[in-house]
Amino acid sequence: MNTTTQAAMDAVEPLSFEEAIETYEPVMGLEVHVELNTATKMFSSAPNAFGDEPNTNVNEVDLGMPGTLPAVNGKAVESAIKLGLALNCSIAERCRFARKQYFYPDTPKNWQTSQYDEPIAFDGHVDVELDDGEKFRVEIERAHMEEDAGKLTHAGASGRIQGADYSLVDYNRAGVPLIEIVTKPITGAGRRAPEIARAYVSTIRDIVKGLDISDARMERGNVRCDANVSLMRPGAGVFGTRSETKNVNSIRAVEHAVTYEIRRHAGILSAGGSIVQETRHWKEDTRTTSSGRIKSDADDYRYFPEPDLVPIVTTKEWVESLRAELPEPPAQRRRRLREAWGYSEAEFRDVIAAGLLDQIEETVSHGASPAVARKWWMGEISRLANAREVEPAGLGVESATIVELNELIQAGSINDKIARQVLEHHVDGEGSPADIVRNRGLEVVSDDGALTAAVEKAMAENPDVVEKVKAGKLKAIGALIGPVMKETRGQADAGKVKQIVLERLGRNS
Amino acid sequence: MSEISRTDVEHLAKLAHITMTDAELEKMTNELGVIVDSVKRIQEAAGEDVPATSHPLPLTNVFREDTVGHVFTAEESLASAPDAEDSRFKVPAILTEAEDAVTSSVAQEGAHR
Repeated sequence: MNTTTQAAMDAVEPLSFEEAIETYEPVMGLEVHVELNTATKMFSSAPNAFGDEPNTNVNEVDLGMPGTLPAVNGKAVESAIKLGLALNCSIAERCRFARKQYFYPDTPKNWQTSQYDEPIAFDGHVDVELDDGEKFRVEIERAHMEEDAGKLTHAGASGRIQGADYSLVDYNRAGVPLIEIVTKPITGAGRRAPEIARAYVSTIRDIVKGLDISDARMERGNVRCDANVSLMRPGAGVFGTRSETKNVNSIRAVEHAVTYEIRRHAGILSAGGSIVQETRHWKEDTRTTSSGRIKSDADDYRYFPEPDLVPIVTTKEWVESLRAELPEPPAQRRRRLREAWGYSEAEFRDVIAAGLLDQIEETVSHGASPAVARKWWMGEISRLANAREVEPAGLGVESATIVELNELIQAGSINDKIARQVLEHHVDGEGSPADIVRNRGLEVVSDDGALTAAVEKAMAENPDVVEKVKAGKLKAIGALIGPVMKETRGQADAGKVKQIVLERLGRNS
Repeated sequence: MSEISRTDVEHLAKLAHITMTDAELEKMTNELGVIVDSVKRIQEAAGEDVPATSHPLPLTNVFREDTVGHVFTAEESLASAPDAEDSRFKVPAILTEAEDAVTSSVAQEGAHR
């Protein structure tokens, strides 16, 4: 395909999604890269850490110095086997690494150590659940081990690769263990293709998080997705030419990218054009893709077995011992917890969206009721975290603290309002809730003398209210609670105030 | 007769980013042909009971503990770099390939076979 035709194809207006789906059947292939959370890299003992100063998490292996030899991280291999099992894959009895050669400065060796003809895991499946509860099975082709590449920054006016004056390379990420999961072609999804793509990536993220093999933070690139999309006429039986949209790095973006590519392909095909097999770049701001690199014979990576590494042999005993370590699958765990806690669909969805399932589970296991745990995590803790621009889990509030706060409320020592203040003081490092209540003198005024005096003062200052209560309008008592709270610096128990007012008026509460 | 053609060598030279003259291509076609034919003879000698191998030693599962070892400072990392800026290696602008070069390994083989 020459560039003139390419430009012409790019100028074709995308069809609407509805029109596209009426005419064509989408076929997807999804590749998800997962960065493992091992302490060290895949083939070197340099640290696997994010956010450090450039080129400080590297040693001679990561920099591809002549004469250096790689050494396989055993934990990364175990993580790969666990992930393979969680994806219902067969685990290869024997597999090996391969060199994938290409010229690009993101790897100083001029090859990426990967797996080619012998992946560690193959032929699996994942059941993904869509928003309406419908399930869709995604077949897994393979999951293989490889290493991540360094990070390039393109310097120059545009900040993009086109028009850059030079590039700067940080190899801290080079050699970070990766597992690439490749699906079989996903067919029969129809209009739900974009939704399935999103649910699939989300499910993979949950699985690797559940296995505790990755930090799974998409904004840091721990989980990245490449989406292959092609269209065919219904019943055609032969897939159309595909495009591959690279590095779609949020769950929502996956859905949008697939939607856009379906529309773009349909526009070109309906106008009588043909799809160019190429990589596309996802542009978050416009929710469109732009042309990247056209596949060519330069994509011949001359894979060959890595001569510096010996094969991996998995015994049945080893695989079974790893299988025994697998946690409950995320979907199953969610179902179990939702039923156990009695949350509504909406409440549970909010908890998932806030990423607080683990925290609430732990708080409940420390003795809080599910409702109390949800109230604190989704309420005050989330609010405080939001105000301080951190994750709720990052505030440092322990489950035991929430249980203690709740016990103080239950015992009548503090009310809800004071409890929220205590939490904030706790976050600021003032100690346990009980200490804070004692040190700051926040205990609810239960000394009848002081409280009675405050109530009497309020009654004396608000005779009109007292008249109303006398006349039987018990709701009017509310107007006395404010002044009493003010007098006692918010430490009065509202129920007790009501009781004293009624006693003073000779009524039974 | 060798399986290596001049076209193969031209292709390999292109992949390896090596410029070769007509004379060099001719010479290399012959030399690679001899190498491939020699290996072929060894393959004929190996019986069906000899499995293919990618490693001369009968070893498997050589693993390293996941424990952090030595690491370079940025100065050490960049000590032999031809050029550097902001603690990073400075390389010429790359215009022909996009940032997608890596991390796609089996795209074409896997996803849409």
